[in-house]
Amino acid sequence: MEKFRLRDVSLWYNDFKALKDITMDIVSGEVTAFIGPSGCGKSTLLKSFNRMNDLVEGCKITGSIQLDGQDIYKDPNINGLRKRVGMVFQKPNPFPMSIYDNVAFGPRTHGVKSRLVLDELVEKALRDAAVWEETKDRLKKSALSLSGGQQQRLCIARALAVEPQALLMDEPTSALDPISTSKIEELVTQLKERYTIVIVTHNMQQATRISDKTAFFLLGELVEYGKTEQVFSLPRDKRCEDYITGRFG
Amino acid sequence: MRERSLQENLMKAVFLISTLISILTVALICLFLFANGIPAMGKIGFYQFLLGREWSPSDLPPAFGILPMMLGSLYVTAGAILIGVPVGILTAVFLAKVCPKPLYRVLKPAVDLLAGIPSVVYGFFGLVTIVPMVRMLFGGNGSSILAASLLLGLMILPTVIGITESAIRAVPGELYDGAVALGASHERAVFRVLLPAAKSGILAAVVLGIGRAIGETMAVIMVAGNQARMPEGIFKGVRTLTANIVLEMGYAAELHREALIATGVVLFVFILLINLLFSALRKGGRP
Amino acid sequence: MRQKITDTLLRVATWLAAALTFGALFFLIAYILTRGIPYIKPSLFALHYNSQNVSLLPALVTTVLMVLLSLAVAVPLGLFTAIYLVEYAKRGNPLVRMVRMTAETLSGIPSIVYGLFGMLFFVTWLGWGFSILAGTFTLAIMILPLILRTAEESLKAVPDTYREGAFGLGAGRLRTVFRIVLPAAAPGILAGVILAVGRIVGETAALTYTAGTVAQIPESLMASGRTLSVHMYALSSEGLYTGQAYATAVVLLVLVAGINTLSAALAKKIGKG
Repeated sequence: MEKFRLRDVSLWYNDFKALKDITMDIVSGEVTAFIGPSGCGKSTLLKSFNRMNDLVEGCKITGSIQLDGQDIYKDPNINGLRKRVGMVFQKPNPFPMSIYDNVAFGPRTHGVKSRLVLDELVEKALRDAAVWEETKDRLKKSALSLSGGQQQRLCIARALAVEPQALLMDEPTSALDPISTSKIEELVTQLKERYTIVIVTHNMQQATRISDKTAFFLLGELVEYGKTEQVFSLPRDKRCEDYITGRFG
Repeated sequence: MRERSLQENLMKAVFLISTLISILTVALICLFLFANGIPAMGKIGFYQFLLGREWSPSDLPPAFGILPMMLGSLYVTAGAILIGVPVGILTAVFLAKVCPKPLYRVLKPAVDLLAGIPSVVYGFFGLVTIVPMVRMLFGGNGSSILAASLLLGLMILPTVIGITESAIRAVPGELYDGAVALGASHERAVFRVLLPAAKSGILAAVVLGIGRAIGETMAVIMVAGNQARMPEGIFKGVRTLTANIVLEMGYAAELHREALIATGVVLFVFILLINLLFSALRKGGRP
Repeated sequence: MRQKITDTLLRVATWLAAALTFGALFFLIAYILTRGIPYIKPSLFALHYNSQNVSLLPALVTTVLMVLLSLAVAVPLGLFTAIYLVEYAKRGNPLVRMVRMTAETLSGIPSIVYGLFGMLFFVTWLGWGFSILAGTFTLAIMILPLILRTAEESLKAVPDTYREGAFGLGAGRLRTVFRIVLPAAAPGILAGVILAVGRIVGETAALTYTAGTVAQIPESLMASGRTLSVHMYALSSEGLYTGQAYATAVVLLVLVAGINTLSAALAKKIGKG
């Protein structure tokens, strides 16, 4: 089941062509990893899936990106799109509010007012993000009092609270220590049963650990895409092989 | 070698002396004010001075109650805050988050210009536009709490706008992105996430605005009426603490003059208290 | 749906506030310019003031004089203090905290209180009378915290690597400060000075009873004189020369605009360097 369908997607930042004719399908219920050297366009492509690129001045996109068969750039309801496609950022960015209010922000944005419903949603999201035990007694405390790893899991909970169908993760563990990193990798493996997950990562070992499919990008092009074991053991493209074996990047 | 170290030590002494002079200057002012002001308050009677409702220095016996002026300052400042802070914060939001870039290049220097205009020019402007307008719309003289509040509200705008805008811009962009990525509209992201994150900066702006409003003299005396009596409504005139000093210091003698110094002490203490309150609030706000 | 209404209201309120702010500014400037420019005649700039020409030139000269003199007193004092605090005082030196408290206290005092102090201390107690000298010292005290703060911040902003480089070459502290640190901090310090100039030009309450209100070019430091702002206040309270009052306002606005432009140009230079 294809969740995302990309056909000939190209993106410009003013005159600079950052993405060149990307065509690929992202399958639901799987973790897809985007890898490649700095500046290859993997984060840019990720941000196109929830139209966060719209916020960048001078950004232009051509081609089509379909979510469940509908072109997301033809749909006027951007906020609805972002409800269905959640995002976790590289640096944990909890809002300066209580833990509860952070997680409840999403549902409140989309109209949930009942205290009971919110309580349920918040607990469920925090449980799904494996951070409930650590936060259940301090829901009213500021989110900034949590450690870096806990903050990131809080951000994941925040994204899950709006009940999205897909989760985009932009190098979510690069700012964290190894223990937090492994906790989040475990989390991702659990979440993939219910969500379509696309994760950008600089860490190839991470990609091999948690992803089902891997896409390798170079200078804005999709160079190799396939099952993770195959991409890493028998890459078809020489450039991919060079990157994986550490000849550059 | 020795010559160089002599020169070094000499200059170091010069720098140290400068530092001591700087500290002494404040000590001098404080000393002078308090040494003259507090005894004056004692002579008049603390209760009669701070809470007395009559200020008639030329009566026999003279009355030196500054309550009318304290209320005058209070009302005028409160009015200025009510007008200036919301408009200022919203304008700062406009400049930081809504304004298109080419327009910003024009508007930002405009705010700086607003900040630099001398108070007499503001006062004059208030005198020839705001006062007649108030007179026309609400009757009376026109010189009133309302006129003063409007003018002061305008005058504190650049302070509020400048600091609030910096505070908004200082909030990391990831917070805005995070809110938008959850499906929040631009307005919701700005007003529910950015502004709360900029809370301490906004508070600083308000406090500075209050300080500016209380300390304003020239603009206020041109539009507030300056009647030294208890305030009688926002369409009537009042006298502020600052106005009280400047209007009478030219000819005040003996106890009258000391009463004015005491008024200065009150002003000084007010502002000190506001700054302390602000510091306390800021420390309390941190997690 | 309710969120959409709130969003629209907030958007409208934001635009409205901006329109109010800049509308008021524009209105103020236009009002003053249209009523003031007709009175900008050569006679307005006559060397001697009399009730015919209501010249503002003496006031202008006095203003320039006050600015230069006040800076001459406050800048060395503030700068040297800042140098001591940043370059010489060791960590935990109590003087640092004292000066900081001093500067904070001073910066909150309303200008009228400075004026009162100036009148009582310089004019009366020291016996200088209404004089340029009394005004100068009053203003110098007033702008001291500003100069001090900007100088301190500018000096602190100079990276330690500069100083270490100089020490490593055998330069003494004094030489390092004057040849390396100060030039690097100069734009920031200058910005503070320009801000102070702006404050001096706009100051009235602190000068009316220290420097006095005589409308002629002062002949000596002990003579009295009025600055442009004081002149403007005098004109508007006398109520006789409204046209010239507007003209004075125009000159003041032009001065302020000039000072701001200078400061912005300087800020750009700091940004580049």
